[in-house]
Amino acid sequence: MHPVIFIVFLPLLAAIIAGLGGRWIGQTPSKVVTTGSLFIGAALSWPIFIGYLTGGSQEQVVQVLSWINSGNLQVAWELRVDALTAVMLVVVTTVSSLVHLYSWGYMAEDPSQPRFFAYLSLFSFAMLMLVTANNLVQMFFGWEGVGLASYLLIGFWYHKPSANAAALKAFVVNRVGDFGFSLGIFGTFWVFGTLSIPAILAAAPSMAGSTVGFAGMHVDTMTLLCLLLFVGAMGKSAQLGLHTWLPDAMEGPTPVSALIHAATMVTAGVFMVCRLSPMFEQSATATMVVTFVGAATAFFAATVGTAQNDIKRVIAYSTCSQLGYMFFAAGVGAYGAAMFHLFTHAFFKALLFLGAGSVIHAMHHEQDMRFYGGLRKEIPFTFWVMLIGTLAITGVGILGVGFAGYHSKDAILESAYASGSVHGTIAFWAGAIAALLTSFYSWRLMFLTFWGKPRWGASEHIRHAVHGDHDHPDAEHGDSSHDDDMPPAGTGGYHPHESPLTMLVPIGLLAVGAIAAGFTFSHYFLESAEFWNGSVAFNEHLAHAMHGVPTWVKYTATVVMLIGLAIAYNNYIRNPQDAAGFVKQFGGIYRFVKNKWYFDELYDRLFIRPSLWFGRLFWMRGDEGTIDRFGPHGAAYAVGVGNKITARLQSGYLYSYALVMLLGLIGAASWAIWWASK
Amino acid sequence: MTNLPLLTLLVAIPLVAGGLCLFVNASAARWIALIATLIDLALGSYLWAAFDPNGAQWQFVEHLPLAAGINWDLGIDGIALVLIMLSVFLMPICIGASWRSIDKRVPEYMAAFLLMEALMLGVFAAQDLFLFYVFFEGGLIPMYLIIGIWGGAERIKASYKFFLYTLFGSVLMLIAMIYMVLQAKTTSIPVLMAHDFPVDAQKWLWLAFFASFAVKMPMWPVHTWLPDAHVQAPTAGSVILAGVLLKMGGYGFIRFSLPMFPEGSAMFVPFVFVLSGIAVVYTSLVALVQTDMKKLIAYSSVAHMAFVTFGLFAFNRQGIEGAMMVMLGHGLVSGALFLCVGVVYDRLHTREIAKYGGLSNNMPGYALLFMVFTMASVGLPGTSNFVGEFLSLVGTYKVSSWAAVVATTGIILGAAYMLLLYWRIAFGEARTKEAALMTDLSAREWWLLAPIAAGVFWMGIYPESFIRPFRNDVGRILERVERATPAGDMNLTPGKPQPQAEQHAAEAAH
Repeated sequence: MHPVIFIVFLPLLAAIIAGLGGRWIGQTPSKVVTTGSLFIGAALSWPIFIGYLTGGSQEQVVQVLSWINSGNLQVAWELRVDALTAVMLVVVTTVSSLVHLYSWGYMAEDPSQPRFFAYLSLFSFAMLMLVTANNLVQMFFGWEGVGLASYLLIGFWYHKPSANAAALKAFVVNRVGDFGFSLGIFGTFWVFGTLSIPAILAAAPSMAGSTVGFAGMHVDTMTLLCLLLFVGAMGKSAQLGLHTWLPDAMEGPTPVSALIHAATMVTAGVFMVCRLSPMFEQSATATMVVTFVGAATAFFAATVGTAQNDIKRVIAYSTCSQLGYMFFAAGVGAYGAAMFHLFTHAFFKALLFLGAGSVIHAMHHEQDMRFYGGLRKEIPFTFWVMLIGTLAITGVGILGVGFAGYHSKDAILESAYASGSVHGTIAFWAGAIAALLTSFYSWRLMFLTFWGKPRWGASEHIRHAVHGDHDHPDAEHGDSSHDDDMPPAGTGGYHPHESPLTMLVPIGLLAVGAIAAGFTFSHYFLESAEFWNGSVAFNEHLAHAMHGVPTWVKYTATVVMLIGLAIAYNNYIRNPQDAAGFVKQFGGIYRFVKNKWYFDELYDRLFIRPSLWFGRLFWMRGDEGTIDRFGPHGAAYAVGVGNKITARLQSGYLYSYALVMLLGLIGAASWAIWWASK
Repeated sequence: MTNLPLLTLLVAIPLVAGGLCLFVNASAARWIALIATLIDLALGSYLWAAFDPNGAQWQFVEHLPLAAGINWDLGIDGIALVLIMLSVFLMPICIGASWRSIDKRVPEYMAAFLLMEALMLGVFAAQDLFLFYVFFEGGLIPMYLIIGIWGGAERIKASYKFFLYTLFGSVLMLIAMIYMVLQAKTTSIPVLMAHDFPVDAQKWLWLAFFASFAVKMPMWPVHTWLPDAHVQAPTAGSVILAGVLLKMGGYGFIRFSLPMFPEGSAMFVPFVFVLSGIAVVYTSLVALVQTDMKKLIAYSSVAHMAFVTFGLFAFNRQGIEGAMMVMLGHGLVSGALFLCVGVVYDRLHTREIAKYGGLSNNMPGYALLFMVFTMASVGLPGTSNFVGEFLSLVGTYKVSSWAAVVATTGIILGAAYMLLLYWRIAFGEARTKEAALMTDLSAREWWLLAPIAAGVFWMGIYPESFIRPFRNDVGRILERVERATPAGDMNLTPGKPQPQAEQHAAEAAH
């Protein structure tokens, strides 16, 4: 049997054992089974990946079971392994196994750990089904499966109304994306007559330039299909317009944020575009839209990230922004660079989230950075790995050697510039500005958390901890203060403690990835058509042109990174009053950005309230006020039989009535037959 | 074995058992009903196993002329087979669900249920037009009694509404049937399925049948009896109503409307699509604001059944097979959801969503199964409803991408109202003291819900077991309707040939 069978199905088995049997087998065995299944998966995945790096492996499809057969719509449960899948296998199993291990420490006090670990493993299974899909329906299965797991994990602390609201929102907003994805699948089936991904990709070039009817319009076939599918990608990867669920998803436990809402699930949209890249290559309009949406998201999310106070929300917007980079890389045709950034981002973003989790753990569930400060000396290990993560995300490096993000983000910016198109150039500038903002908010996070004087004393969480008030719910809390001013300095007598080894070891390993994933794999992802071996539409021309960009383009990323660092240093270390001064001077901009450009408020007015209003209208005025009034009630009134029948029923003649009805029925039928055969 | 009149036995066993029930006490009636329904389940499973998907269209055929020209003609094709399976699977569960919660007039209750089973199975097995009619309309009577006698406070109003709607439909259908028999000189359904009625007449016949089936379905705007009937019916009544009785509408369309009036059906495709589209959006939005659990699920049924009418009138294999799968999937899932409501209703005696909350704390087993059925209801892949909804929407897209766009909004709205329901019931904190004290599922309740959950996953992961029996029958319907199939709005036009190809073409022309 091919090892991919074990990689994919062991986590499912583990999830079932821990989920259904957790109450009987106990906590530790549940945790061992789930964590073990993912470590086995990781151990089996790396050799597969290395097989593609060394060029020895060909793509393979492992048949599992037939699924839906309806005429020429034939889809099966099957596992596809090629270079693209191998990259995702490594990312998913590695991050997932480390997050499982980390959760041993992070969730140690939670009473429902078997449930938590079962959900994590269930998620990993669905994600692995997604990345090994050989047909669009199985991809959709994985797609919805990760959505389910995400819903369950965001709402893991289900006694919190905010967690439930966030879970519901995540699922429904994703469903808006799935609406497009579904229509894209339907259209693709009728255009190509198949849902098998390799068959569709092979036939895609022959459909270039063809047109098709859709909702009363006549449009370019490939543009229509790609854009519909891309709506799905936008939902899952939280792109501008469908991004509103991701920040709220931080209501879930931090390991979940690291695994699902940073490293893996949210990158599924990027994976989808890369997997279907030969389709997208057939439509210049579609790739242009992908580029614009990606660039706009990169910029938008970075602006919002600069004004958040909740440490997890900063990283969440950062994720949103980084996903934008991946999309515009794909949009300009640099699929290798998009996947490379996905790969490196998985390490450093998971690192940042787990590091943030370690800080939150140390600070007794306080998440507001205004109540941090001076933690560098208290939790040194966490500080150092967070520093590595920050160096990676801001893209620190020189002369071709640097942290992971340096390699992938530079490649994206250079590709965007090298693509030469107008939208590529716009994306380049948007990406450069976003890189400046990234550097600013990342260093802001570091400075507020680890430098300066302690400001813990004012935190309610810390006060609870100091006074031994253990009634406090053992869950995470976001922005606890609406006050924009910094709280006064003081430790309040609290001593932060470094996290246990089960948490530090996974962070340490991810830090190795955040340092080395860039320069180790850069050649394969960015320059090697042999490595990709046809699994993405690798553009060799662009890969070469990338190196030929002007020198100033090559240094743009580094320069903006330094500017962002300098501003953050000035505002939060050197002249802390400058930040407050900026807020006072540009209050309008600050509020606009802090309130996330008012997307939630807009959607509430545009969609949620009207839906409820129409629901009530249709119910009260439609069903009861119109249909019933003129229908059954009206009929009863008109004929005047209603009252009589009702009276009969109530006086206990039900049986005789029913008998009469039956006899009448049979009589009528007999008469009809007699009449007919006459 | 094959010499036995299996279908007659299938109908007769519950009928006889139902008669027996009237003469015994409550406890014995329960056991008789359970045993009879289990025997029918065994018989049905045998039919499923013995049915040859590649064999004759009609299998297990029986013929016995009765008085007055009605023939006792029974026989099933794959379509009838799977619906019979659905019925015999849900019946023992219904008896089990009524075990404790029904305590007045138990023998009569069990007799009514068994009578209903006999009539339902008769509907699917009948091959004679008037036999079908008797079963079809007769099935209303026990349902009517179950709501009217064992229902809630407003039961009389609900059963009256139910009666009025369905009576209206069936009168028109009877008139159409009489015309058909006069015209075609036969009462045999298989013969009628191959009979070509004049296109002009088809229009009227189609409308007459539509009146009856649309009410049963129910389609918007003749759906308002359903929420009331569900709310007032006892749990098991709701299960059968949603699980099987609603499927008779879809069965009617697929057995009569499509093969007997292909041109008539094609003519009304836009009409059906518009009504179905309204149903999806309208009833989903209404479901969103419900405060009564049963009403919410009832409205969701209307929205889901619209996927059936979309699929059936898509005139292609994916659409019709999808519609069949939606019927089966919805039969299981809505039945299970009503059982889930019944479980908490038995404990707290209210259907008000606002009285519950936080059940994940004290009823983890219940919360798990309720989650499974909620996810199946929103059509998560891997569950029964996905297969059906996916196929029927694929089919719909071929005929009208507009219709597919409207219908697909159902996946967004469906998620919204179902997850909102789940949140208010199972998450958060208990909103009443009583809700927090409710006990988790009993062994009996596990036995009711777990088999349905297994069925939901089986249908979702390996639907082939269910599609295979009716694949050829759908093919036969497609042959019948082929001549009237609407063209659809895809109009795929190939692009301009590549410059190189153009050159070659030019050279070839010289």
